[in-house]
Amino acid sequence: MYKILTKKILNPTVTLMEVDAPMIAKKAEPGQFIILRVDAEGERIPLTIADFDREKGTVTIIFQIVGATTEKLNHLEEGEFIHDFVGPLGVPSHTDGLKKVAVVGGGVGCAIAYPIAKKLHHLGAEVHSIVGFRNKDLVILEDEFRAVSDVMKLMTDDGSHGEKGLVTNALEELIKAGNQYDEVIAIGPLVMMKFVCKLTKEYGIKTVVSMNPIMIDGTGMCGGCRLTVGGETKFACVDGPDFDGHLVDFDEAMERGTMYKEFETRKREEVCNLYKKEVK
Amino acid sequence: MPNMSLKKNEMPVQDPNVRNKNFKEVALGYTEEQAVDEANRCLHCPKKPCQSGCPVSINIPEFIAKIKERDFEGAYQVIHQSSSLPAVCGRVCPQETQCESKCVRGIKGEPVAIGRLERFVADWHNAHATEAPVVPTPNGHKVAIIGAGPSGLTCAGDLAKMGYDVTVFEALHLAGGVLVYGIPEFRLPKSIVQHEVDNLIAMGVKVNTNVVVGRTIEVDELFEQGFEAIFIGSGAGLPRFMNIPGENFKGVYSANEFLTRVNLMKAYKPESDTPIKKNTSVAVVGGGNVAMDAARCAKRLGAENVYIVYRRGLEEMPARKEEVEHAMEEGIIFKTLNNPVEILGNEHKFVTGMKCVEMELGEPDASGRRRPVEKPDSEFVLDVDCVVMSIGTSPNPLIRNTTKGLDTNKHGCFIADENGQTSREGVFAGGDAVTGAATVILAMGAGKTAAKAMDEYIKSKK
Repeated sequence: MYKILTKKILNPTVTLMEVDAPMIAKKAEPGQFIILRVDAEGERIPLTIADFDREKGTVTIIFQIVGATTEKLNHLEEGEFIHDFVGPLGVPSHTDGLKKVAVVGGGVGCAIAYPIAKKLHHLGAEVHSIVGFRNKDLVILEDEFRAVSDVMKLMTDDGSHGEKGLVTNALEELIKAGNQYDEVIAIGPLVMMKFVCKLTKEYGIKTVVSMNPIMIDGTGMCGGCRLTVGGETKFACVDGPDFDGHLVDFDEAMERGTMYKEFETRKREEVCNLYKKEVK
Repeated sequence: MPNMSLKKNEMPVQDPNVRNKNFKEVALGYTEEQAVDEANRCLHCPKKPCQSGCPVSINIPEFIAKIKERDFEGAYQVIHQSSSLPAVCGRVCPQETQCESKCVRGIKGEPVAIGRLERFVADWHNAHATEAPVVPTPNGHKVAIIGAGPSGLTCAGDLAKMGYDVTVFEALHLAGGVLVYGIPEFRLPKSIVQHEVDNLIAMGVKVNTNVVVGRTIEVDELFEQGFEAIFIGSGAGLPRFMNIPGENFKGVYSANEFLTRVNLMKAYKPESDTPIKKNTSVAVVGGGNVAMDAARCAKRLGAENVYIVYRRGLEEMPARKEEVEHAMEEGIIFKTLNNPVEILGNEHKFVTGMKCVEMELGEPDASGRRRPVEKPDSEFVLDVDCVVMSIGTSPNPLIRNTTKGLDTNKHGCFIADENGQTSREGVFAGGDAVTGAATVILAMGAGKTAAKAMDEYIKSKK
């Protein structure tokens, strides 16, 4: 059992939790993830490590409430326990030798992009952060990003905070202004990563994406998380989750992500109804 | 007077048409009377050929003698000296190629039902024993076991009996390995596995779940933490795919994923949060025990048509005969001498069919099995909405990639001598991690041998 030490509501749908997990904190690197199970009937879900503190022995996760499991997780409070918490899993993000990088984050993907931006900043790289949200209410980690970025672009779809537009608009502007990036790192919804890759391919800039397929064990034993990368089948949990974005078959990944849509909708309703009953 | 019946006592089973709709155990086990009657078929050969056929060398005539005397607990104690998991082995061992294949009664008639008797004894003990297991006197030495599957649990049990301070590291949230994620509830109830694990814990074995060796902690760090010897029993859990078109369509599973969802995550229960696709027609590709398990699970999940698609003939199937028979009784359709070439899908990328070709058997290949050859112009489409690939697994690369000086062969299996000693001092390995995918009992035998070698190794250092 893994104790929740801190719980912070970042916005109406996104929550941060700091979890007591010393063995994982000791090993964690940006880009890696954990798998958790909320309770004894729970499913196993992957969440990226948003931060870690080796001295305190804690791992921070940031999650968006999108379904039954994240709904249940969000009902846990400080001092309560997560049933299972395993990691760090996956290959750490590659950061060596990068001098100038554009880090692109979309929505809750910013929680994954932030530790990478932070590490690059600490390694002395020039970091340009481009973070996008649907609107002002959904903005997370703005101050954290500013603290580690040489250039910061905050975009909202409706212009209610920062600039109006998509992350791809801001990225293209920066490229056109003459910024030569060693690499673009894009993390967010599949459709966002797909369009970032489409753009950077035109400019010939190497682009790394962090994939988030359906996972079960997260250790390479089932292949549920498989993707096609450069025509080959890869398991995101052990070969990734980072891949060369110009080689990823995004359309296939988007299709595979919808496999259990009906079940997920039904389960979420069940869980929501359960909590409503408890409130009465 | 020995019972001279040529046939084994039948074991009561659930009716095929009832059991193919539930996940309860198929075989119901002997009653006390049936067990004693079957025990009376044993002739107590002085040379005990049966014992030589058992990978963990259980003293079979001795435990059977205790059953005859109705000393069921005594029988359990005899088995327990050699096996830490008798309730498991009595159920899943292929006795027909092991102990029972050597039984003298099998020359004329059926061999003594050793597996069923072992199962009876273990179940009797689990139902009646009230005394907690004896906690051995500690010998002051620490050992680590990587992987809580059959080899790791056996190795842990044997070392604990010798007084070692044993810690087992397991990547999943439950101990048991293939016994919990692979073999279905209807063949091996999970409460039995848990009971055996609880027995080990009661003997002082520490089981640390949610630890992925190679990620959470590395082999070298275990030595730094004071473990004097390490056993790697990490299995062969990396699934193979066929690399045919359409394999990433929605509805194509590896057998590992399908079985993990069903068995470990209990996706067949409505209260489980883990989903599994509802299917009308399922093709399971492969002919091993895992394929039989996947097919029988698919049937129980409500699929109308479940096919086993296998490129060789029924005779060449590697699955246990009993499992094939059970599958047939439950209505699984066998399409032997058929090989998939492509998986078809609709515009939403859900599986709609599987293109196959017919095969015929040609000349024997290097392994001695007749090589299947494609029949020209024999292509046809099998109408299915789900495909489960059950064509084998190989060892996970995580440990070998993060441990220096640990030699592996071209298949990625650890190289170990007959005692389980690897190329690294103090590191032993056994089970599927060494042999590639094999059987539960062979893994247990390897765990047992390694425990003995680890004990000798640690004592020799003093």
